[in-house]
Amino acid sequence: MTQYILRRVLVSIPVLLGITIVAYFIMTLVPGNFVDTFVSPNMTETDIRLMEEKLNLDKPVYLQYLGWLRNILSGNLGYSFVTRGPVTDRIIDRAGATLVLAASAVFLSYLIGIPLGVLSAVRQYSVVDWAATFVSFVGVSAPSFFVGLIGIYVFSLRLNLLPSGGRRSMGMDFSLMDQMRHLILPATVLAWGYSSRVLRYVRSSMLDVIHQDYVQTARSKGLREYYLVFRHALPNALTPVITLFGLQFPMLLGGAVITETVFSWPGLGRLAVESIHKRDYPVIMAIILVAAVMVLIGNLLADVLYGVVDPRIRLGDGES
Amino acid sequence: MTSGSEHRVGPAWTEEERGEPTTRQDFVYRPRSLSGMVFRQFLQHRLAVLGMVMLVLISLSALFADVLAPYDPTYIDPGFLNDAPSRAHPLGLDQIGRDVFSRLLYGGRVSLSVGVVAVAIYMSIGLVVGSLAGYFGGVVDSVISRIIDVILSFPRLMLILVLVSVLGPGLRNIMLILGVLGWPGVARIVRGEILRLRVQEYVLAARAIGVSNRRILIRHILPNAMGPVLVAATFGMAVAILQEAGLSFLGLGVQPPASSWGQMLNQARSLTVLESKPWLWVPPGMSILLSVLSINFMGDGLRDALDPELRGRD
Repeated sequence: MTQYILRRVLVSIPVLLGITIVAYFIMTLVPGNFVDTFVSPNMTETDIRLMEEKLNLDKPVYLQYLGWLRNILSGNLGYSFVTRGPVTDRIIDRAGATLVLAASAVFLSYLIGIPLGVLSAVRQYSVVDWAATFVSFVGVSAPSFFVGLIGIYVFSLRLNLLPSGGRRSMGMDFSLMDQMRHLILPATVLAWGYSSRVLRYVRSSMLDVIHQDYVQTARSKGLREYYLVFRHALPNALTPVITLFGLQFPMLLGGAVITETVFSWPGLGRLAVESIHKRDYPVIMAIILVAAVMVLIGNLLADVLYGVVDPRIRLGDGES
Repeated sequence: MTSGSEHRVGPAWTEEERGEPTTRQDFVYRPRSLSGMVFRQFLQHRLAVLGMVMLVLISLSALFADVLAPYDPTYIDPGFLNDAPSRAHPLGLDQIGRDVFSRLLYGGRVSLSVGVVAVAIYMSIGLVVGSLAGYFGGVVDSVISRIIDVILSFPRLMLILVLVSVLGPGLRNIMLILGVLGWPGVARIVRGEILRLRVQEYVLAARAIGVSNRRILIRHILPNAMGPVLVAATFGMAVAILQEAGLSFLGLGVQPPASSWGQMLNQARSLTVLESKPWLWVPPGMSILLSVLSINFMGDGLRDALDPELRGRD
């Protein structure tokens, strides 16, 4: 097991390096020089040169990259063009909100997707299956912002049940209830497309398992349908769903960009959009870097978990 | 997904003619093209046919926007801002007095063409890169696979946003960015298919009689790998349309005065519009939903048609 985990971690290291290289490369595409934004009219040529030297801008690109990498590894993600403050603080400030939103969405999707997926596999070609299929198609096809607008229209404007945006009510003391009320709409909208995918995935994996010999054997010896589905088939059908988490995590973070904007949710996605409108490149770069690292960690966790659950993965040399 | 297992390629004769009862299905060899067979299977898929009909209608209305649109999409009728739908303006007027229906038709051109162009770009890149990785294996494969891992680690929409902020918004840049960022998924599929196919006996046979690498790849392997690629292209088009809509919704996509569906929704972001002027945001939202839905239906039908084993699964 330790060996398996170690191997997965080792494979991730070149990917991590690649991520930093891509992020740095995009940063060099930004028009103009980083010093330009900090230059004030009363600086002399030498001041500018000194500043360039301090920021390593007079050195070859790979040295600049290494200097930047050293900073990143020590937790310094640079300084915002707009606030002049350290980017790291702003990211930490916002990352919590995004993680809360993403985690709730993942939880909701499994809560909805797994039972419906099982049901539509067990009752294949029934009305339930048909309806679930159709709804999941709509789920992956509806743009999240449109679903979000409909949600606001119905639940905030018409029924007046839920707040239309933000993370807590203005001028109110901290209250868990209030925060939960604010979380419901954005988490549901983010979970909307994701749960459709979970449903389809669980359905197809469940169908695979149900047709396998050991399930047929259990059925032929007269095992009750309930035990058949929940004790024999379901645990094996759910293992591939772990992979889905790894595959969908980047999509979830990307989806958070739009959902957070629609609901004014103060997370990383909204910070990214704000920073792009303000052309605050250091913040944008830091966000995609942090997001990519989060995805990498998410994938690693999914891989390890898969290995824990399914010994075939752990022991086989199925290295791709 | 629906029935289809009963589909008979064609009975040689009826039971009466043959004079004895048949228990097996009888097949007679009739040469058929693969695409013909696939299309016939596709037509068995009810949702796919529904999707195809809807998509054809939407595409035609976008294609003939200049004939169908009652007004110039940029014409401003200053006396009637925010007018509700009426006989003269079936979907009303927007905040600065432009006809919503006309803008919807023209917006369809933008939204659909982004899907087509972006997918065409990344399919070509993905096919080439994936073939290289799959066929040559070894170091080439490891390097390409790691690059794919790296690109897929970035949340796609965030990467798109960053590139838009660097290169600037606008229709052409968006097509380009979506096209350049989309290839890793396709390359991975092509690579997997080639790994599967290159150890098959017919490839071995071709190699044994001295067929060149290039010819084996192009004539013998790629055509057989096209099924999953076509399916991915179909679903990819749906994704690209959603991405363009998302970008334009954030104000980073197609720039005014041009309109796209996402951009029309961008104008509904104020709560007052949302509450009291549904004709400004419901039609473009529904247009996106219906086009993407019909493309996804078609993708599903295509996948079932190309891979009979998958039918009924996902």
